[in-house]
Amino acid sequence: MRYVDEFRDAQLGQALAAEILAAADPGRPLKLMEICGGHTHSIYKYSLGDLLPASVELVHGPGCPVCVIPMGRVDDGIALARTDGLIFTCFGDMLRVPGSEQTLLDAKAQGADVRMVYSPLDALAIARNNPDREVVFFAIGFETTAPSTALTLRRAKAEGMANFTCMCNHVTIVPPLRALLESPDLRLDGFVGPGHVCTIVGTRLFEFIPADYGRPIVISGFEPLDILQSILMLVRQRQDGRCEVENQYTRVVPRDGNPRALEVMAEVFELRPHFEWRGLGSIPHSALGLSEAYREFDAEQRFDVPGVSVADPKACQCGEVLKGVIKPWECRVFGTACTPEHAIGTCMVSPEGACAAYYNYGRLAAPKQAV
Amino acid sequence: MCLAIPGQVVELIDADNQLATVDVVGVRRSVNVSLLADEDGGVAPGDWVLIHVGFALSRVDEDEARATLRLLAEMGEHYEQELEELKASAIE
Ligand code: SF4
Repeated sequence: MRYVDEFRDAQLGQALAAEILAAADPGRPLKLMEICGGHTHSIYKYSLGDLLPASVELVHGPGCPVCVIPMGRVDDGIALARTDGLIFTCFGDMLRVPGSEQTLLDAKAQGADVRMVYSPLDALAIARNNPDREVVFFAIGFETTAPSTALTLRRAKAEGMANFTCMCNHVTIVPPLRALLESPDLRLDGFVGPGHVCTIVGTRLFEFIPADYGRPIVISGFEPLDILQSILMLVRQRQDGRCEVENQYTRVVPRDGNPRALEVMAEVFELRPHFEWRGLGSIPHSALGLSEAYREFDAEQRFDVPGVSVADPKACQCGEVLKGVIKPWECRVFGTACTPEHAIGTCMVSPEGACAAYYNYGRLAAPKQAV
Repeated sequence: MCLAIPGQVVELIDADNQLATVDVVGVRRSVNVSLLADEDGGVAPGDWVLIHVGFALSRVDEDEARATLRLLAEMGEHYEQELEELKASAIE
């Protein structure tokens, strides 16, 4: 798999596809969910679905951090960003996410001091260089990203920074997966697991999927060949009557995750009683707020955040896309009212969103499983 | 923000704050390496790491790093935007 040119990659891809075809049982369809938006992106970009037999179907999961942010949190962010004298910082991906009336980019155009940062540590540097102004970092992301926010806050505390706070929107991957596994809408037969999340939490966290729900999961790398190999491993588990957590991405992912990351997360965060997810509704214990010890760095404590809850727009079917119930092209507004330039839903904004990935890459090929 | 980009550690510049200079396709920026601190003293110059939002997430070998860079280059615009954001980063 190393140092190979595209031709050889394509050959290896074909070989894996042939093995999948040989191992799959045409009479027992297999519906597999890739959890991570990075995988969704690669699957469309390399048309991996076209390499699979008809009995193996891929559906897209909820693991895109931008996609799951509900409108209410965007509106709250915009309200904060409008506070006089305040500097509001966030990742570039958040700028175009639609709130109920506008985006952070719109607020910036109207004079709010909204700044895009690459890292939470850049936000902290802005606070250090502007001691007379309040600086808020709008934190998003799953367990891959949460340790970075936690380490940044630990440093802010060590430096006694009085003008830096965080509006925390970190979410955890297990609760939405449990919700999906318990939902009658969708019967899933297995999962392609998120490689980068597992560098932090380890593969151990996913042992509940076989143990509690009798479904297999293979933690996967991000190259097209990694994803095909993970699918083959899932097909083989079915063939052998096995159901377990397997790790295709052993070259990066340890079973126990990263102890330093888990430790700093436990220090800085605590589970929120519940959190509103875009399209998925309120899910108990599914997101992180700041712990008692870090309350002084909590933007929601320091400022008057409206705390609005806004229903998803009627036309938007992001929830069904995030749950894998429909494919992007089955949404009523896909490619018409909702495009990357003028998105109605979040799945069209983030490059990891299924709708954006399909819009950019998949649209040209005829949808294989349409209707 | 979802990408993890490989880079090669050049030198540790701030031991207290665990910051290292890392070379990412020719761009040198400060990256926090505290997640990789371990019994053997953490990262060393020449090590390849995967970087996510200014933090080194894991160590990788050179083959893995190059294969990942090739994959990212194929992504085009999305990757270039991430690199632009990284270039604007001034972690201290
Ligand atoms: S097309 Fe737009 S509104 Fe429909 S599911 Fe996708 S992002 Fe949501």
